[in-house]
Amino acid sequence: MQHKSLRFSYAPKYGMPSVISYKGQTNRKILRKALFSRFAVTVTDHGTPLAIPCSGNEQRTINSGEAMKNRLCKLSRSFLSASVATAALSLSVMSQAADTIKVGVLHSLSGTMAISETTLKDTVLMMVEEQNKKGGVLGKQLEAVVVDPASDWPLFAEKARELLVKKDVDVIFGGWTSVSRKSVLPVVEELNGLMFYPVQYEGEESSKNVFYTGAAPNQQAIPAVDYLMSEEGGAVKRFVLAGTDYVYPRTTNKILESYLKSKGVKEADILINYTPFGHSDWQTIVSDIKKFGNAGKKTAVISTINGDANVPFYKELGNQGVSAEDIPVIAFSVGEEELSGIDTTPLVGHLAAWNYFMSAESETNDEFIETWQSFIKDEERVSNDPMEATYIGFNMWVEAVEKAGTTDIDAVRSAMYGITVPNLTGGTAVMNTNHHLTKPVLIGEIQDDGQFEIVWETKGGVIGDAWTDFLPESSKIVADWSAPVKCGNYNLTTGVCSGQNY
Amino acid sequence: MNQNVRQALHGLSASFLLFLLLVLSRPVLAVSSEDLKPLLTKSSWAQLERVVTSLTEEGSESSQQILEHWLNGKLFIEKKQKRLVFAEKTPDKQYRIFDPFFAEGESKGEPLELGTVKKRALKKVRINNQLRSAIKTALASWDLKASDPETRISAIYASLKTLDSKTLSTLRNMRASEEDQAVINALDIALALDLFQQGSISEQIEAVEVLTGSDNPFIRSVLANTLAGTENPALAQTITTALAEIDQRQQYYTVAENVFFGLSLGSVLLLSSIGLAITFGVMGVINMAHGEMMMLGAYTTFVIQSVFPELIDQSLFIAIPLAFLVAGAAGVLIERLVIRHLYGRPLETLLATFGISLILQQAVRTIFSPLNQEVATPAWMSGSWVINEALSLTWNRLYTVGFSLLVFMVLLFVMRYTRFGLNIRAVTQNRAMASSMGIPTGRVDALTFGLGSGIAGVAGVALSQLTNVGPNLGQNYIIDSFMVVVFGGVGNLWGTLVAAMGLGVVNKFLEPWAGAVVAKILVLVFIILFIQKRPRGLFALKGRAVEG
Repeated sequence: MQHKSLRFSYAPKYGMPSVISYKGQTNRKILRKALFSRFAVTVTDHGTPLAIPCSGNEQRTINSGEAMKNRLCKLSRSFLSASVATAALSLSVMSQAADTIKVGVLHSLSGTMAISETTLKDTVLMMVEEQNKKGGVLGKQLEAVVVDPASDWPLFAEKARELLVKKDVDVIFGGWTSVSRKSVLPVVEELNGLMFYPVQYEGEESSKNVFYTGAAPNQQAIPAVDYLMSEEGGAVKRFVLAGTDYVYPRTTNKILESYLKSKGVKEADILINYTPFGHSDWQTIVSDIKKFGNAGKKTAVISTINGDANVPFYKELGNQGVSAEDIPVIAFSVGEEELSGIDTTPLVGHLAAWNYFMSAESETNDEFIETWQSFIKDEERVSNDPMEATYIGFNMWVEAVEKAGTTDIDAVRSAMYGITVPNLTGGTAVMNTNHHLTKPVLIGEIQDDGQFEIVWETKGGVIGDAWTDFLPESSKIVADWSAPVKCGNYNLTTGVCSGQNY
Repeated sequence: MNQNVRQALHGLSASFLLFLLLVLSRPVLAVSSEDLKPLLTKSSWAQLERVVTSLTEEGSESSQQILEHWLNGKLFIEKKQKRLVFAEKTPDKQYRIFDPFFAEGESKGEPLELGTVKKRALKKVRINNQLRSAIKTALASWDLKASDPETRISAIYASLKTLDSKTLSTLRNMRASEEDQAVINALDIALALDLFQQGSISEQIEAVEVLTGSDNPFIRSVLANTLAGTENPALAQTITTALAEIDQRQQYYTVAENVFFGLSLGSVLLLSSIGLAITFGVMGVINMAHGEMMMLGAYTTFVIQSVFPELIDQSLFIAIPLAFLVAGAAGVLIERLVIRHLYGRPLETLLATFGISLILQQAVRTIFSPLNQEVATPAWMSGSWVINEALSLTWNRLYTVGFSLLVFMVLLFVMRYTRFGLNIRAVTQNRAMASSMGIPTGRVDALTFGLGSGIAGVAGVALSQLTNVGPNLGQNYIIDSFMVVVFGGVGNLWGTLVAAMGLGVVNKFLEPWAGAVVAKILVLVFIILFIQKRPRGLFALKGRAVEG
């Protein structure tokens, strides 16, 4: 008990302390002060969690047992001294831990990414509820632990640590933007956690502790370009790569640029453009795209524009009279969820590439949509690709836990390889040893009801490739977490696994 | 029945046709059901494209209607009866369906209504981009006969890429009887293009002269491609001159366009900062909650549109005064409850107003949702004003420019020519003196703050048309607003105007060259350097007022 530190961690944008943890000996005055505030207090002893914090503003939990624990927690806060509270709480935690398996949910519920991420939180909650109806996993009920990293990337790391250390979760479903994933990575690797990341991303990564259920570039970007260059997609000759200025668009565009060049597209026929997050003044860029497309060759825009900046972008395209037949825009971040609630008339005919569309015709999909709409109590509610990725990831995890007979991270991880579960488009998803999925690629055209018409799909599943073949430095690297390689970035030419360099 | 349809129907025996005629209660169909069969079944894109071709060849009004509805996503299959219908969505999420076929002769009539069905009873006829462009080209052949000259012109330009002999003869006939000068010009260009593509060298050179006058990008690319392929020096010379002339004109348009983009960005800056020019510039309150006042205005628009969904076109006119009142009232409340106690303590004011901005954001998150809300754009603000083939200005931006100038004028008038404005100026210039002259300084403070906030609210209405309406709307503009006010000179409305427009135009001229991200950084760096040199901004207030 030598460490004396009182740690306040802030969600800086909103100015509210979210967690106050106290390490070491009791300083009554400080602790009392903290107790009177409405925020959660955790007493830890040398970093080992002894107590589960009381539910405050930020932490929501979905279990009736939690209410009891909360009451206990608050009771102990007010009447008992810190040391007694520690003992009492650790007892209650032990008894709790025995009958539930905890599922951490790390999705932003506020801030700029909330528009996309809240849905995934609800999806996990729905999956947990459904699984509990079926009797849970290993005879235990699942319990979702939801935290809000508030679209604030460093906060993702803190919240991940909180989930793993304090909440003691067995698995985390979370993340959307690549920066959020990158910020969580060191934490899950250090604490040997298990995370499922459900969003399409730029690849160039394979962590031992993360399963990537979204698309790798070869499962979204590359097939999309193939489609555009095909006769069916309009035999496009000139490409505009427009993206938001952060890691996913930059890496994807780097891969695409080298892929396009390998296909014989000249430097002069590629225009690359980046804009800040939340950009709203698209006049110049759209006018540039228009001019670029007027050069006589068929032109298309490959958009990695993220979040709500898409709405003014498509509006400006419509206003400046750029129609989908002249210059189609194919987007990797626009799905049904982003389109719901906006007038899609100016967007009709623009494209998106995903592994799932709500309009996919299969029985599992109908069933999934029905469960989802009744869970969320909204018959108009849409489903989208990251939801399917969450669905696949969750089902795979459940199956792996059942197979391993334990929630122990290493056992579950080895059980994951080769696991197959049905996907929502009528096929099967397979988890490969590079922590990526095998799934089909679909191209859809936006319709005026906010849905996609599937105009093209790959023949079978495409195996996710962690390290792209289209960048010289990455093409030498493979990810394979099974024996004998057991490495996320094994260099084939030097025969070296470079370890921590994701 | 014309020859084409009969050809298309070659598979059908005459007796079956007769049978069809007898069975159907409606008069003879102009479009054969055999032609349309691929629409009803799961067929390939190529099969669907053949339907477009046969409908175009058939050429009747029915075919045009079907193509148009198909293009606009209003052509459906009624699942039970397996027939084609036109469907229109009703406000209560049902669909009114119509019979797409009407008899030859009663062609101008409305299609027959068949009743109202649920969405599940219908399935939309598939369409993709290739089909869309095929249909658009096909529809152009009907549009050539349209009565509206604008439609005829766009139909002529639409047919440029596919000039076949049939279209050309139609165009030549049109040229003979056409009276509208603009349409004649378009026709001349189309015919010259044909001459250029098919004719001899001398004819080509002749055609280039006509084509030089066109700003159509397709014509420019045809010229450039021919130049790359030609071996005739005279022709190459003519085309080079023509291209130089076209490019010269393009450059003027680009500059004009950039100025417009700059002014429109400037008008957004002006709108967002002009309220701040009052609260911060005139009163000296560092108001971090200014952005949230705009957010209130934008949400007011959203509420108006949700309460009166049938009044989208008028919603902005209702929203403007209401947003002024809502944001103004919020401003008065904030001034009376918080800021009043903090005059002369800028740091505390900054913190307090920052707190207020967080409270307002969270309130909106709780009341509405953390998600962005959809604010519809009225029809009169959509699309663009086409000046010529190369230059068009979007209406929403044009209106924003006008609106921001209007707000500026009104504010200037209030400050200069009304008693209220006089009081504001008196109180801000010398509070003690104003007070001793009998001006209720407390009330003037409250109303001034209300005025600044109210104008921010009005700006919010305009912003709701340009950007996303969400809890973070205000935060995206607060930095820019302060930047403009400080740059323009604190306390000077004209300074705000010049600074807003100037920064807008500079930003837009930098953007094509440096990219959106770097352009913004450059502007910020420029302002920092400028403030070093002239701490009081572009138009600094002079005299004793400055010291107070």
